[in-house]
Amino acid sequence: MSRHTISVTVNGSAEYVDVPSNMTLLQMLREKLALTGTKNGCEAGECGACTVLLDGEPVNACMVLAVEVDGREVTTVEGLAHDGQLDVVQQAFVEEGGVQCGFCTPGMLISAHSLLDRNPHPTEEEIRQALVGNLCRCTGYTRIVRAVQKAARGRV
Amino acid sequence: MAKDTQTVDPVGKSVPRLDAFDKVTGAAQFTDDLQFGPGLLHGRVVRSPHPHALIRRVDGGRALAVPGVKAVVTGEDTPGFIGLYLKDRHIFCTDRVRYVGDPVAGVIAVSEEIAEDAARLVEVEYEVLEGVFDPLTAFQPDAPLLHPDLGSYEVVPFIFPRPGSNVSNVFRVRKGDVDAAWAECDCIIEETYRVPHIQHVPIEPHVAVARWDASGEVTLWSSTQSPFAQRDLIAQTLGVSQGDMRVIGNYIGGGFGSKAGVSMEALAVAMARRVIGRPVKVRLTREEEFCCAFVRQGLVAKVKIGGTKAGQILALAVEYYWDAGAYTEYGVNITRAAGYSSTGPYTIPNVKTDSYCLYTNHPVGGPMRGFGMPEIHWSIEQSVDRLAEALDWDPVQFRLRNCVQGGDKIVTGMVMHPVGLSECIERAARAVEWGKQEPPTAPHKRRGKGIAICWKAPAMPPNPGSEAWVRFNEDGTVSVGVGGQELGQGVFTVAAQMAAQALGVPYEWVRISHPVDTKYSPYEWQTVASRITWSMGNAIKAAAEDARQQILEIVARHWDESPDELDIRGGEVISYRSERSLPLASMVVYGLPRPDDQGWIGGPIIGRGSFMPTYVTGLDPETGQGERAVVHYTTGAQAVEVEVDTETGQIEILRLAAVYDVGKAINPNQVQAQLEGGVVQGASSALFEALLFEEGRPLNPSFVDYRIVTAVDAPRQIVGGYVEVPQDDGPWGARGVGEHPMIATAPAIANAVYDALGLRFNDLPLTAERVFMALRECEGNKGSRGFLRARE
Ligand code: FES
Ligand code: FES
Repeated sequence: MSRHTISVTVNGSAEYVDVPSNMTLLQMLREKLALTGTKNGCEAGECGACTVLLDGEPVNACMVLAVEVDGREVTTVEGLAHDGQLDVVQQAFVEEGGVQCGFCTPGMLISAHSLLDRNPHPTEEEIRQALVGNLCRCTGYTRIVRAVQKAARGRV
Repeated sequence: MAKDTQTVDPVGKSVPRLDAFDKVTGAAQFTDDLQFGPGLLHGRVVRSPHPHALIRRVDGGRALAVPGVKAVVTGEDTPGFIGLYLKDRHIFCTDRVRYVGDPVAGVIAVSEEIAEDAARLVEVEYEVLEGVFDPLTAFQPDAPLLHPDLGSYEVVPFIFPRPGSNVSNVFRVRKGDVDAAWAECDCIIEETYRVPHIQHVPIEPHVAVARWDASGEVTLWSSTQSPFAQRDLIAQTLGVSQGDMRVIGNYIGGGFGSKAGVSMEALAVAMARRVIGRPVKVRLTREEEFCCAFVRQGLVAKVKIGGTKAGQILALAVEYYWDAGAYTEYGVNITRAAGYSSTGPYTIPNVKTDSYCLYTNHPVGGPMRGFGMPEIHWSIEQSVDRLAEALDWDPVQFRLRNCVQGGDKIVTGMVMHPVGLSECIERAARAVEWGKQEPPTAPHKRRGKGIAICWKAPAMPPNPGSEAWVRFNEDGTVSVGVGGQELGQGVFTVAAQMAAQALGVPYEWVRISHPVDTKYSPYEWQTVASRITWSMGNAIKAAAEDARQQILEIVARHWDESPDELDIRGGEVISYRSERSLPLASMVVYGLPRPDDQGWIGGPIIGRGSFMPTYVTGLDPETGQGERAVVHYTTGAQAVEVEVDTETGQIEILRLAAVYDVGKAINPNQVQAQLEGGVVQGASSALFEALLFEEGRPLNPSFVDYRIVTAVDAPRQIVGGYVEVPQDDGPWGARGVGEHPMIATAPAIANAVYDALGLRFNDLPLTAERVFMALRECEGNKGSRGFLRARE
């Protein structure tokens, strides 16, 4: 197995990481950088628990190799709050009760962010479509959708 | 001190969740997030490819030779039996495998990849046996036996295995005279219903890390609903003192029963014994999660029900054949729960029930949200609907006429406690505008409304206990020790509300001590059965009241007053007589000086509380009759409006109302959240979910092939509601509601689909394909679109 040293910006800070060529971005975040907020629910690109932003676009971190992110920028759930202040999407999830077990939450937040960046005023159906790749078994999605609606209002 | 908001008297208020901040920032730690450093080893399980076979030989030699492999563990290392109610299972199989996925060996290596590669090199020789894949086949006297040693297994007194057969438990009800009652019925309906295996699908797969220390202490970090039950069961099987076995349970990424009892965690512990001092992590893949932890049991239900034109259900005879899978150590109690709840929430004078737990060569059937109730209500609630129609009764009125009322003698002879089910039915029906017909949104669509009601009691041994403690910090903030697990249902929040209420401090002052650690946390049987708000709540209330009383006595001596004249409000001790006040911070740790200043009174306050129901009685094994079968039942109703696309068979849920009698909503918002999540899980099971097998081989163990509801499929309009008829043995009158929202959903949908199409579906799930095929068949029978026209 060949190994590579990559340089990557994670949540705004420059990291140099030594990774084997078969390591996924998800493994790198969790095991090399101890950023365990990003979750592993299937390792097959099917649950969305590992969603992160790669150069601003949402990806399933379990489907991206760490070597592919060399020179790029990654945002994880840990990068959303600043100085203990929740951002508007996180705050809306707290207030609307979009969190139960919390395992899908990091991925949901990232997908919601990406949606609101692209489309600041989504309809309910657009929100649901944007979250279709993020499975949640606890909430029934109602409060998650409501939280994203609230965040959209809060961002203007 | 705590944050700015100060919520006094928080019980009954929708305070925000305690754990939400950590969960939206990624700070909340789940078991897989814990860091164990470079010493961490990884375990991979070698699983049986056969549904039923004898193990002739296991040889780990080639695996062991792989660089990086530390040990190979087999059934020889774990000869004992394990199980909650019936010890019928080895940790690793010794002589026989009974389902595809049964653990045969474990490989421990320095990395996951090496463990996985080496696991393929473990050689296992099998002698394949004939399998049993259906509960009715398993019930036949000449069926192949899965557990020839059933008679020698250790079993609790209320479970009745039949050695020499595949029946690992039977529950019977004989009430009134069913055979005589049929003659008095104006109508009798007889049907057979089938419920397939499904899986819980927590988004977090099972994970466990175990370490044996040279000192003999064993530590298990696991994603579990049951730290204490795991401590007890694993310690028993491996011959460790419970005092040396420590289980630490972090946040859980969804459980729904799959993480109750012991499933894969004992594998990690057994593996770690071979590498003393090194932590070993075992994490299930999603594929393993689908088939190798617990699945929901399948069911074949034969229901015969009869009633009169006056609208009374007179007699019910049911046979439940549970497809309980390869091991039924936990599942045997589902058979029992189904038996003592077999009438559903109806008072029926004549009842005959036979509920059988059957071994099959399917995955291990275990507890899942509802514990048998969604499965049996699927058959009961459709049968009741059919009977109502045949007797020319409106489904809502028929249920109001027959549903259980306080004071009724229910199926087991127990007298029903006060209950608000009638109000739940009326409110659920109103919420979907029962009786009002709206035109469909397109000519090829049909609309319908349906209702279903349900009940469920906490299913558990008669004596599961809860403990709690309450301690104080120097600034007056409160630490509450609990043993119940936070799996998303919000138990920590509710625990803090209860402690704050009983103490007289603001909610924001309370901290919950977690993760739950059996070495330091108070005892809790298991976080299952919708019992925690109720049982642990009673313990917390007792602990807080204990602390409160100590505080009042100390301050009373300090002020030279009587404790009866004092109170704690908003975190201050106050006197109603002298109108003095004293902040808790000034006395809860350091005590108070005596009035004469010579010495001190009090000291660090610690309140303790424990609760165990002592009033559940045994039941007669022949008749199922007894004074008090269960602690109580939570009841409720769901009504739904659907629109069915006759061209695709797709069912759309337009609106859904769920109203439950929760006794007391400790946190109304959380009750709503449970209702929403539960009905959507129920809808998912109704529309999509079935684990498919071919001769025991799983066909769809992945998210691609086993669909669960997504944000796009989920119902848009969910109306949750609750009724509060207080429970006499519950804290502030509360009873649990975690599982219940899933119970009535599927039959309510099926009844609505019938209303829309005039078609009954006796088997779950109602996939678009199945509905479409039924519509086509119907057309074929009645001429092109004839039946659809007939209902227009
Ligand atoms: S873990 Fe990446 S999609 Fe499930
Ligand atoms: S909150 Fe548990 S999976 Fe979404």
